Amino acid sequence: MSLITSIRKELIELARTSRLLILVVVLGFFGLSSPLLAKYTPEILRLVPGAEDFAFLIPPPSVVDAIGQYIKNIHQFGVLLALLLAMGMVSQERERGTAAMMLTKPLPRSAFLASKFIALSLGFFLALLAAGLGGYYYTLVLFQAVDVGAWLLLNGALLWIVMVYTAITLLFSTLLRSQAAAAGLGLGVILVFSVLGSVPSIAQYFPDYLVVWGTSLLIGSPQINPWPALISSLGLIFLSLMVAWRVLENQEL
Amino acid sequence: MSAIRIESLSKTFGSVRAVDGLNLTIEENTIFGFLGPNGAGKTTCIRLLTGLAKPTSGMAWVAGVPIGAERQASQRIGYLPEEPAFYTYMTPLEYLEHVGRLFKIPPNKRHQLIADMLQLTGLTEVKKRRIGGFSRGMRQRLGLAQALINQPEVLFLDEPASALDPIGRKEVLGLIGQLRGQCTIFMSTHILADVERVCDSVGIIHHGKLLVKANKNDLLYEYALPVLELESENGQANQLAAWVDELSRQIVIESFKINGNIARIVVAEIGANRSRILSSILQSGLALRRFEVMIPSLEDVFLRLVNAEEHQP
Repeated sequence: MSLITSIRKELIELARTSRLLILVVVLGFFGLSSPLLAKYTPEILRLVPGAEDFAFLIPPPSVVDAIGQYIKNIHQFGVLLALLLAMGMVSQERERGTAAMMLTKPLPRSAFLASKFIALSLGFFLALLAAGLGGYYYTLVLFQAVDVGAWLLLNGALLWIVMVYTAITLLFSTLLRSQAAAAGLGLGVILVFSVLGSVPSIAQYFPDYLVVWGTSLLIGSPQINPWPALISSLGLIFLSLMVAWRVLENQEL
Repeated sequence: MSAIRIESLSKTFGSVRAVDGLNLTIEENTIFGFLGPNGAGKTTCIRLLTGLAKPTSGMAWVAGVPIGAERQASQRIGYLPEEPAFYTYMTPLEYLEHVGRLFKIPPNKRHQLIADMLQLTGLTEVKKRRIGGFSRGMRQRLGLAQALINQPEVLFLDEPASALDPIGRKEVLGLIGQLRGQCTIFMSTHILADVERVCDSVGIIHHGKLLVKANKNDLLYEYALPVLELESENGQANQLAAWVDELSRQIVIESFKINGNIARIVVAEIGANRSRILSSILQSGLALRRFEVMIPSLEDVFLRLVNAEEHQP
């Protein structure tokens, strides 16, 4: 009950502080514009003075380019938004004193924390819904229809990745007083994961590998096993939230 | 039955003992004034009692529930911090609705309670305005409303009127006075006039230690040393201060306070010392407007106790 009340408050906060709007607009824009960019970037390059001689080198755009552009943009901006929106969720409430006001009420600290994660994940779900619909529509109009099931799974994978970084940033926001420090550490984790995720022998255990899986489903390349990445991501979310909860439980406000 | 029971409660921050072996019992449905200078340990004590901080040692019970017991007491307490912080994008109505839901108050009762609290705190007119635009006094009144929404058995108020202008202070103290007999109020403050105005009993804390706890009137009676108040002519403030300094070398002064050309002096044996004081004034050449022996105020008692604590070896 208190969890639902707290989620309700977090959703109101997302809506009233325009964060939900920013999420939907940014991801929605990149969802819509990715197939457009894939389609028209070669055209634009051909218009650059002096580029006529090299025009034959630019391959004609395909649906694979549209999907690639979509994944790259949504992944990058999704993760960046997760970092920016989660970095102050706990530290700011603690700093301002609103956490102390709430946590003297019958609101368990676990519910206080979980509600932030759930509400932001719901926000990302809506934003990815907008991005996915826009991206699918323009890919259909400009290129060809893609498999709906695979498209949904790809967007589910993107949401899953964003949720991992949301949980990790929430942990840093609980551990640290400063929002900037929480964002800095979150960025550090992104860099470390992207470096380690590029090592072929261990790449399948990192959350970002789910994008490779989603892409393979869409373009029909050889099947990839998503389970190691899915399980490790679930473990990261669970571990981050559990540690954040234990830390918050012992914190003095 | 006691509403609050504190046994040997201590809290240290590094080498600083913010609360030092506090023992205190507060009776049900009374207004208790927790008095002390800034940094005495009042806020730390409230944070311990509300579960926002954990004691280094000792134990306390609030409404019969031990502190830290899975925060079970939260259902039965109300808390207003010194500077209440709100979700500024909400309206008072929405904020109280949110708090009421956290207390799992059924909808019908919740709506009635919210209306009552808004009425009590005079916020009905602005119930749909964003809290972000509220003045400090309005925030304080909303803070009181949210602390009362669950009809708490024990209400913790941390410096509830300290930051307010005289009108705001009068309003908030008036509200606190209206709650007399309905719940136990634990009110911290460094403003003695506030305690004198609304509290039934008083505890004085200094350097984390409880110096005294008593019924307000008993305290005044127990420490009822007469106070000598002198007012010199304008322009003689420095001379007055020098004279008080000189007098302290001649007789035992319990405490004193100089405010411009007015000096309040607590002397142990005023009867025996009256003639010495008068002759000392004559010798100093001070021109007096007024020389009066007065009943002590809580401020005199407070200064006397704090000074005695300061001068202890």
